[in-house]
Amino acid sequence: MNIVVCVKQVPATTEVKMDKETNTIIREGVEAIINPYDMYAVEEGIRIKERLGGKVTVLSMGIPSVAELLKTTIGLGADDAVLLSDRAFAGADTLATSYALSMGIGKIGNVDLVICGKQATDGDTAQVGPSLAEKLGWPHTTYVRKIEEIGEDFIRCQRMTEDGYEVVEMPLPAVITVVKEINEPRLPSLKNMMRAKKAVVNVWTADDIGADKNLCGLKGSPTQVVRTFVPVHDISSEMITGDAGEQARKLADKLLTMQFPVGGC
Amino acid sequence: MASIRIISEKCYGCGICLGACPFGAIRIIDKKAVIQDNCTLCGACVSSCKFNAIEMTKDEAGTAGDISAYRGVWVFAEQKEGKVANVVTELLGEGRKLADQLGEKLSAVLLGDGMEAAAQELISYGADNVYLVDHPSLQRFNDESYADIFTQLISRYKPEIVLMGATTYGRSLGPRVASRLNTGLTADCTQLEIDTERRLLLQTRPAFGGNLMATIICPDHRPQMSTVRPKVMKALDPDPSRVGEIIRPDVDIPLDTRVKVLETVTTLCEKVNLTEADIIVSGGRGLGDPGNFALVEELAQILGGAVGASRAVVDAGWVDYSHQVGQTGKTVGPKVYFACGISGAVQHLAGMSSSDTIIAINKDPDAPIFKVATFGITGDVVEVLKALISEFKKRLK
Repeated sequence: MNIVVCVKQVPATTEVKMDKETNTIIREGVEAIINPYDMYAVEEGIRIKERLGGKVTVLSMGIPSVAELLKTTIGLGADDAVLLSDRAFAGADTLATSYALSMGIGKIGNVDLVICGKQATDGDTAQVGPSLAEKLGWPHTTYVRKIEEIGEDFIRCQRMTEDGYEVVEMPLPAVITVVKEINEPRLPSLKNMMRAKKAVVNVWTADDIGADKNLCGLKGSPTQVVRTFVPVHDISSEMITGDAGEQARKLADKLLTMQFPVGGC
Repeated sequence: MASIRIISEKCYGCGICLGACPFGAIRIIDKKAVIQDNCTLCGACVSSCKFNAIEMTKDEAGTAGDISAYRGVWVFAEQKEGKVANVVTELLGEGRKLADQLGEKLSAVLLGDGMEAAAQELISYGADNVYLVDHPSLQRFNDESYADIFTQLISRYKPEIVLMGATTYGRSLGPRVASRLNTGLTADCTQLEIDTERRLLLQTRPAFGGNLMATIICPDHRPQMSTVRPKVMKALDPDPSRVGEIIRPDVDIPLDTRVKVLETVTTLCEKVNLTEADIIVSGGRGLGDPGNFALVEELAQILGGAVGASRAVVDAGWVDYSHQVGQTGKTVGPKVYFACGISGAVQHLAGMSSSDTIIAINKDPDAPIFKVATFGITGDVVEVLKALISEFKKRLK
């Protein structure tokens, strides 16, 4: 089984600290990590490889320094890492990102399964997985919480829905995006950490993967960010005092005078 | 290629742009701002500069085709087991506003089996017409056939705006369709407006777990597509006297799809579906003991609400992951949200801060949850919950 896991570098915290005077973001000392959801994707890829044999290649698009971060996935048991890095990729929205990743996957070649995390913690879009599947012309399933069975040429998995799950089967090659329920990522082993130290991450440019630069980066992105701002929570909080009984009574008074949508199950 | 640069003569090294950059990609070197390699060309810094010292140029867009041929606002009417999702009526309410501002029609697109009555209902909620594709194979949502048909309809009728719910299905179908059409899609929007001068949809959405809002446009490609967070937009009151047309377009229905949905399993009672619930009672580690979580469930039951949980107690195994609210769980927006013994980590707030009324119960008066709370109660969570249970039992009889 030839597996590609797509990962993204994100800031280690989504806690955007604000400078209250200037109303701007404080960015000092924010460490970069691999998107936590992608770690479940890496783990699942390695588990499938351990069961069926094959190879796990970790693929990312980003600035050159992401290469170091990709080595940590080799420490976990991935075989290879590829970084797409080129100024032409800068400013990519999810469409341009999907295009570049699809070209990278094309160059890796003979891929059976692509695994992505359900979304990244910085953009929270959850769009790259399905969009990438479309660019590859492969079927996809999102929010996978369990792989029931995977064989040479098919995968059957459980997709989480709002009120339960559904069982979906697709032929391979295919793309899945996974939720955290799917597994518990392992820690790196000493042996793999040694291997990671020596590993060389393949860095490919737009030309290397034969990408049309008009479809990459800002140029290939239909969407544009026109404004970013920090949300203002203008909430008038009201503290309810007294002993527990009084607090409960006062709160019930308040809620029941609002149109409280009480129903029974 | 697109580029961004600091106009050195104008830059005073004030550093305001450092704070405006969501990616930490600007440094001050020798009293001048310098843009680093990890710049994503998002342009957030440009408007922050008080001295107009940041210049961004973008190439002319590629051949995007004639966008003026695209007219009207569409809503994807997601359904499950023949029942149209609640978010659809919200989208129709919002879509009605947008369509009126543009002076265009509002249409719903409904795929399913035996959905004629549901189509009529969509008209009562504000649609001028409904594109109905009724076929036994479309009874269940299927990424492949739905994407195929939806793309055919968009290519034929050319809507300028397409709205979908930011639901499991919407967030899977949306990117598939947008990618095939090579157009823009903005995820999980919480606010939509029209720039009437340019006929552009201004799509505002949270990023970084809700800590930063971004307004996004899709200027040169059509349709402009958004997935919209459930429970944010307001549905209109249904008006059964409204008239509209039900159109049954002739489309190719792919029958032998690669994606096969073998089974649909419902594990949560409909009333407790977190994303659609009007009331949610959530519990966190402040409850102290897994046994106390039963109080959360009891209060939820009395109020007819759903049970939520913080990541901490899900990880500790007190309750199933399907109840988890927050960035790594579900995003909810009920009318009333009870946070019981939840301190309010930013990841949790990201999943529930758009609730109409938030009630925080916590022993620590400095807990961050109180910052988003409409009503705050400091005290012993277990005691307060017990009191609330007996109070509501009495009052709701």
